[in-house]
Amino acid sequence: MAQIQIKNIRKDFGDFNAVKESSFTIEDGEFFMLLGPSGCGKTTTLRMIAGLELPTSGEIYLDGEEISQLPPSQRDIAFVFQMFALYPHMNVGKNLSYPLISQGMPRAQVKAKVDEVATILGIQDILKRPVGGLSGGDRQRVALGRAIVRDPKAFMMDEPLGALDAEFREHMSEELRALHDRMNATTVYVTHDQLEAMQMGDKIVVMNNAVVEQFGTPKQIYDTPATMFVADFIGSPSMNFLPFDGSVGEGASEVQLAGHNHGVPRQIEGASGALVFGVRPEHVTLSDSGAYRGEVLASEYLGTTQIITLDTPNGELKARIGSEQVAKVGEKVGLGFNPGTVTLFDSGTGRALRSDLNNEVLTHG
Amino acid sequence: MSSFSVTEPSKRSKWFAGTMVVIYALVTMVPLAWIMLTGFKSPADAISYPPKVVFEPTLEGYVNLFTTRTRQTPEFLEANPPQTWYEEIVREYDMVIAGPSKFGERFLNSVIIGFGSTFLSIFLGTLAAYAFSRFKIPFADDLLFFILSTRMMPPIAVAIPIFLMYRQLGLSDTHLGMILLYTGVNISLAVWLLKGFIDEIPLEYEEAALIDGYTRFQAFYKVVLPQAATGIASTAIFCLIFAWNEYAFAVLLTSGTAQTAPPFIPTIIGVGGLDWPAVAAGATIFLLPVMIFTILLRKHLLRGITFGAVRK
Repeated sequence: MAQIQIKNIRKDFGDFNAVKESSFTIEDGEFFMLLGPSGCGKTTTLRMIAGLELPTSGEIYLDGEEISQLPPSQRDIAFVFQMFALYPHMNVGKNLSYPLISQGMPRAQVKAKVDEVATILGIQDILKRPVGGLSGGDRQRVALGRAIVRDPKAFMMDEPLGALDAEFREHMSEELRALHDRMNATTVYVTHDQLEAMQMGDKIVVMNNAVVEQFGTPKQIYDTPATMFVADFIGSPSMNFLPFDGSVGEGASEVQLAGHNHGVPRQIEGASGALVFGVRPEHVTLSDSGAYRGEVLASEYLGTTQIITLDTPNGELKARIGSEQVAKVGEKVGLGFNPGTVTLFDSGTGRALRSDLNNEVLTHG
Repeated sequence: MSSFSVTEPSKRSKWFAGTMVVIYALVTMVPLAWIMLTGFKSPADAISYPPKVVFEPTLEGYVNLFTTRTRQTPEFLEANPPQTWYEEIVREYDMVIAGPSKFGERFLNSVIIGFGSTFLSIFLGTLAAYAFSRFKIPFADDLLFFILSTRMMPPIAVAIPIFLMYRQLGLSDTHLGMILLYTGVNISLAVWLLKGFIDEIPLEYEEAALIDGYTRFQAFYKVVLPQAATGIASTAIFCLIFAWNEYAFAVLLTSGTAQTAPPFIPTIIGVGGLDWPAVAAGATIFLLPVMIFTILLRKHLLRGITFGAVRK
């Protein structure tokens, strides 16, 4: 198993810049998520690590060895494709043994290894079956089996659950995570599903428009987004953005929105001009009193909680409150924000302003 | 309960389609059947009017096709009674068999040239199609158009330049010359058809093979080729049919060593009068290889002929 270090990697396809200079490190045994909307360069990054694309510039280190220009066969990295890419002209057993045969492993050893992997994945019964008739889950297992059968240094997974239906995804993601914990193999996993990334990942890289926006644990990314993009992309419903004009000084712990003061974490970085007040829906409280007021526009009942959409002096806002609370459409209510959780953004650059809340994360990321 | 279904055709339309297929099959098969039957008729039966559908079958046509015969004096015939069943057939006309005809050789030429050029077209076509499908080739579209443009006039339009060129190069009336010629005509078709088939094969299979430790050529050979089998089979049939049936160039460029069956069969007519049963026998035998080849590959052909539309 291995550590993977990405340094200033860049990829151009002709005039199109798919990945801009990106750097991050995947520690040994980590379940690492590459998260972003489609077209953000996350799959290209994954393919560069595996060797299916060669980077235009930059380096990739696998356990300290520079591998960015090696052919995939010399990297010892396995890849699980979104559409599985099982060889359709071979049965399940042949698919599993194929990576071993290329290494020139003796027949008996190949068979033992295939049986072992089949047992881990619970697919011993279907080894003789052609891959064409398999269910989505079994295909997924065979694809995983083909990856783990040769004990590679690391696994690359390109949206491996994307082709499964919703119900089965849940189950398979648990199975996948359990398999990872059991093998403790470095895994890089591409997804556009923020929930999947939060659930499964030890660390997440959020990419957008060919750039790494943030790099950290799910908690860091959720609680202290580095940019407005990350704040918007992670969480459902996503973080509320209340734009305001004003200034916030170094060391300040209050900002003024529409003439009302709101507490924020102590700011390390000051700014003025067009700013954005970012707060997650669950950190909004509704009350009868309160000077900063909004009108209830709609409510969505979700069982344990409900999502209330409100019109405030600074634009629309969503609040997640307990379902036992009553909020009538058309009613005006007072709004409060949990001061310790607020992130301020520079509206022009979309960057989060440093505060006591996020300073540690942003410095290190 | 309603029997209406969106995907399942109604009984009436199935019946209609069935009838149409049967009528079409009859229309196309009657001439074929006629040729096959004529091969087993006597020359008199073959030209009788009204045509005979019921007749006494004879192998005379086949014997005449494969042999040359000479007329002999009654004394000679008396002294040498026929030894075999085919000599007996010839005896009815006071003739003896002088030797084998050239048909066997010509048929073998057809096999060598037909299958040889088909193999070469498919071999080169698959490599070229793979390259066009997978690699970034400068001016790929122009090259493909150029390749296709070789089909934009009938090949026979360049018969005279080819005739002169072949003379100069010593390729006239050689197997190699004919194989190269038919390959040249077929290769554009092969490249275009096969490119379509290879385009349909998802890139991931090759990438999986690369990841699994194989080189690009191994990935092509072990993963792409088996999946392109359908396309290769149907393309091979198209190529073979063209090379097998080609007549004009064969007449022009071959006369002896490399003469194929199509220009040979009509020459039978000139040898001993209008020997229709022998011509029909030759045509029947000539039909067989393509028929067998097509039947062998029909499993692939049925899927392939839809040009990948129902794959995946």
